[in-house]
Amino acid sequence: MSNPSPDPVLEAEDLECIRGDRVLFRSLSFRVEAGTILLVEGPNGSGKTSLLRMACGLSQPSTGAIRWRGENLRRGADRFYSELSYVGHSPGIKADLTPIENLRFDQSLAGGRADLCDILNRMGLGRFMDTPCRFLSAGQRRRVALARLQACPATVWILDEPFTAIDHEGVADLTRVMAEHARSGGLLLLTTHQAVDFDSCEVQTLRLGQ
Amino acid sequence: MEPSTLTALWALMRRDLTLAYRHRSELLNPLLFFVIVVSLFPLGISPEAKTLQTVAPGVVWVAALLANLLSLDLMFRTDFEDGTLERFLLSPHPLPLLVLAKTAAHWIVVALPMIVFAPVLGQLMFLRPDAYWALLATLILGTPVLSLIGGIGMGLTVGLRRGGVLLSLLILPLYVPVLIFGATAVDAAGAGLDVSGHLSFLGALLLLAITLAPLATSAALRVSLS
Amino acid sequence: MWVWFHKFGSPRYFYDFAGRCIPWLGAACALLMAVGLYLGLFVAPPDYQQGESYRIIFIHVPSAWMSMFVYVVMASSGAVVLIWRVKLAEIIASVSAPLGASFTFLALATGSLWGKPMWGTWWVWDARLTSELILLFLYFGFMALEAAIEDKRTAARATAILSLVGVINIPIIHYSVYWWNTLHQGATVTKMDTPSIHLSMLVPLLLMAVAFQLYYATVLLIGTRTELLSRERRTRWVAEVIRNS
Repeated sequence: MSNPSPDPVLEAEDLECIRGDRVLFRSLSFRVEAGTILLVEGPNGSGKTSLLRMACGLSQPSTGAIRWRGENLRRGADRFYSELSYVGHSPGIKADLTPIENLRFDQSLAGGRADLCDILNRMGLGRFMDTPCRFLSAGQRRRVALARLQACPATVWILDEPFTAIDHEGVADLTRVMAEHARSGGLLLLTTHQAVDFDSCEVQTLRLGQ
Repeated sequence: MEPSTLTALWALMRRDLTLAYRHRSELLNPLLFFVIVVSLFPLGISPEAKTLQTVAPGVVWVAALLANLLSLDLMFRTDFEDGTLERFLLSPHPLPLLVLAKTAAHWIVVALPMIVFAPVLGQLMFLRPDAYWALLATLILGTPVLSLIGGIGMGLTVGLRRGGVLLSLLILPLYVPVLIFGATAVDAAGAGLDVSGHLSFLGALLLLAITLAPLATSAALRVSLS
Repeated sequence: MWVWFHKFGSPRYFYDFAGRCIPWLGAACALLMAVGLYLGLFVAPPDYQQGESYRIIFIHVPSAWMSMFVYVVMASSGAVVLIWRVKLAEIIASVSAPLGASFTFLALATGSLWGKPMWGTWWVWDARLTSELILLFLYFGFMALEAAIEDKRTAARATAILSLVGVINIPIIHYSVYWWNTLHQGATVTKMDTPSIHLSMLVPLLLMAVAFQLYYATVLLIGTRTELLSRERRTRWVAEVIRNS
């Protein structure tokens, strides 16, 4: 039992994931410190999403433990969640609300006082601030979801395929935002099929499916 | 700075009510179902006032129960499908309280119109004049219990593809106590008897449901989304 | 104490231990059932009101008791699954469900058979029968939920929650149904209440109750062993067992 340390470190020890009859991964460990980006790579079906969901605490590994600041997630989940921002496969926004309403709700839930109009403008959604999200394209909806990262402050960002449906320019913008987050002491876990370059950031790679 | 839980709960309720309002063409569906089911009974049994009067309390209550059951889907399904439900599980705010807020919003949208309209249905079924206030009282106490228990079933089946019929099988046995006390209270009131005991029991069920059901629903949601 | 609990929960140890218990439990069950039935059907005197037809209580009452008992076992296993995630508890709950449902059905069927000579109908909405019927629905709900979820461990957790919710509700449902029945007593006079118990009736009743318990224990252990082999089929000890058999 390690003492809860104040350092923002997300570590996993000896994780095992079994889906049905297949063992996706076994004895997997990682350690992500402040300012580090962990890139999870692997072919389809290798368990990338499962790993990220375990890191969030949404699913339980059959063996092993995840620790945030030294405290096991099973016990200290609340403290972790107040510092976590997660964007999964589904954008996690309501189609019947406008982008600004979505973000305002996110801020009521997770905190943050950032100027929402400003963020949406920078994400290229300035013209659609008052359009219900159901009328936006898939890429635009994902941008609204990712706008949350800037609207609500969090230390740990866990992102599952964040660049899906985003165009080149958007990818470059987002990469910059993520690098900025890491440089200012945040942590990032993400999966992606794209080749991304986080300049001057500490990047670890985790390969699954071997 | 993190917002207080109370702010979050209030924001969640407002969000759900806003979403319901944006779909206001569908808002009346549970109410319409309520009316249609009640109307089926005179057609299926007999239009005679005397017969209908005997079965009125049970019929109105069963119809309210079924209408509530059918609209449970609204509670978590869209949130599950667009990924917002996951985010509630990842929130530092206690999940049982978030569930309670959602259940409250669901009750306002689904049950409140039914309660308001119930006296009209009572008229259709020739409900005894002394029974009307009991009908309202039992519905006000009982429908939240139905929504709360329904939430548990919804939590267990939200991730399943054809969860609808399974949900009914899981929930209807648990609805029986509410139905028994609600319907017999209305019946007894119509005959001029004292129903304070019935209402106390419904009140006790409500308190039990408010404290325990959100816990079960949270556990169920965590299992469904794991 | 924890060491024993941990050891007992180990699949391999349980497999061997259960294997040794089954013949004894089975034999004891058969013996007690034979004695109980003999005493109940031939030795106990006829009831002064119901004559010979009351004898079905020797099956009906133990079935009803078992139907409740098994649900409590399921709920307790469910609690163990949710708190400690013991695989054995998952299997016990899963195997117990059809067993409990069978006891419930038996109680309903024997109750119905009991009723026919008395009031001429195969069914009456009597408190006990109605209560047992709702219990049957609770069992079916459990089994349906389990079948609907693919991953066995997730299914075990979901059904555990359901059984705990059920076990809290059962007293409430029971009380409600009994109270509802007293309101409408005038409709039929039911003789489902066990007749004033004479010792010569009590002994076979208790013997049958114990026999039913042993039956449940035997079938539970057999079913659990089989399910254990199935779920742990990729481990070494199962491969050994299959090789040796």
